[in-house]
Amino acid sequence: MSFDVDVSARRGEAVVGARFVAGDGLTVLVGASGAGKTSLLDMIAGLLRPMRGHVRVGGRTLFDADAGVDVPPEQRRAGYVFQDARLFPHRRVQANLLYGARDAARLADVAATLDIAPLLRRWPRTLSGGEARRVAIGRALLSEPAFLLLDEPLSSLDPARREEAMRAIERVRDARAVPILMVTHDMREAERLGDRVITIDPSLRA
Amino acid sequence: MSELLPIVRLTLLVGGTATLGALPIAFALAWVLARWRFPGKVLLDGLVHLPLVVPPVVTGWVLLLAFAPTGPIGRVLEAGFGISVLFRWTGAAIAAGVMALPLMVRAMRLSIEAVDRRLEQAARTLGATRWRAYATVTLPLAAPGIAAALVLGLARAIGEFGATITFVSNVPGETQTLPLAIYAALQRPGGEAEVWRLAAVSVALSLVALVVSEALVRRAGRGVHVL
Repeated sequence: MSFDVDVSARRGEAVVGARFVAGDGLTVLVGASGAGKTSLLDMIAGLLRPMRGHVRVGGRTLFDADAGVDVPPEQRRAGYVFQDARLFPHRRVQANLLYGARDAARLADVAATLDIAPLLRRWPRTLSGGEARRVAIGRALLSEPAFLLLDEPLSSLDPARREEAMRAIERVRDARAVPILMVTHDMREAERLGDRVITIDPSLRA
Repeated sequence: MSELLPIVRLTLLVGGTATLGALPIAFALAWVLARWRFPGKVLLDGLVHLPLVVPPVVTGWVLLLAFAPTGPIGRVLEAGFGISVLFRWTGAAIAAGVMALPLMVRAMRLSIEAVDRRLEQAARTLGATRWRAYATVTLPLAAPGIAAALVLGLARAIGEFGATITFVSNVPGETQTLPLAIYAALQRPGGEAEVWRLAAVSVALSLVALVVSEALVRRAGRGVHVL
């Protein structure tokens, strides 16, 4: 199984978490706002420490509370595309793309796939929401991740930009290089992009 | 005019040494105050800011107690290294550094707090260790604040009077920086012309510092505005 996740963590008053296993391709996680979807991705990426459980991706144990395993985020090789893109504002697009790049020669290739080649010299603050999203996806891909985490990659985009971003994700998905976990609350998005859809139900939490 | 140059040179030496010496200490304090949570943080915050609110004469007197040959620090310096900072320009730099520290900590703390920590998280997921994330993301984004802190600190240090004269006295050529020279000239009958000249130099130095800081902040802030 590509993803084998069983975690929970305390976020303020609430406890958030989930338990699921998923195979290759693109797995969509859907759930209402506040179901803890972003917290779940943070736990898989190593940015939020679960209070219990385990995270295994592609057979590799990234976190296991019982065994005392907690791989630091820089060694997990998560290609995490955040909901708010989180481009580095003091670096141009090209420098953002190359920040975690293992092979800079792939830059042109990735830029072409995501249609961001014309943006390389721009500063992040001059990008539209859709452009920033695509640059963030490119930056994650260039770090040669072992898996991709996409947090609502299509939210707050106008329909045209949304279509652009959706195509970009489809191209990455169809390359079948790495398993993808994508969070959304839009069922239509989920059905179009996902090989499978998992619903996070807060009431079923372990 | 010829008597002006040594005074200006000494003032810049004292102010520059004070600011550069205080920089790493101020940065460490700013980082701890911005990022760490620990019991006694309020106390540390208050202690750092003390020189800002206590009369400078008192700060100078405390330094005098500490660095006197029988004081806790003075004894160590004297016995261990054969050094005394009393009546020396090094003592003047210590006084100026202590007085500049709170302003520098404030400016840097604000700029460190303004850095979005989620950007550090993004760097970590891209393979950066904690330290690389600090060096490549946090530090550059906080740079305008660090530049501002340097200039603020320098301005404060070259204007320092009360703590300096109390701690290391007013020794021409050794501890007599611009403000102390102005004070000495004021005490002297017929010294008005010199006061005017020294005051003009003081204002000019401060203006240069302001212009330089503005330029630094603008340059460092090409892509971002932290302050």
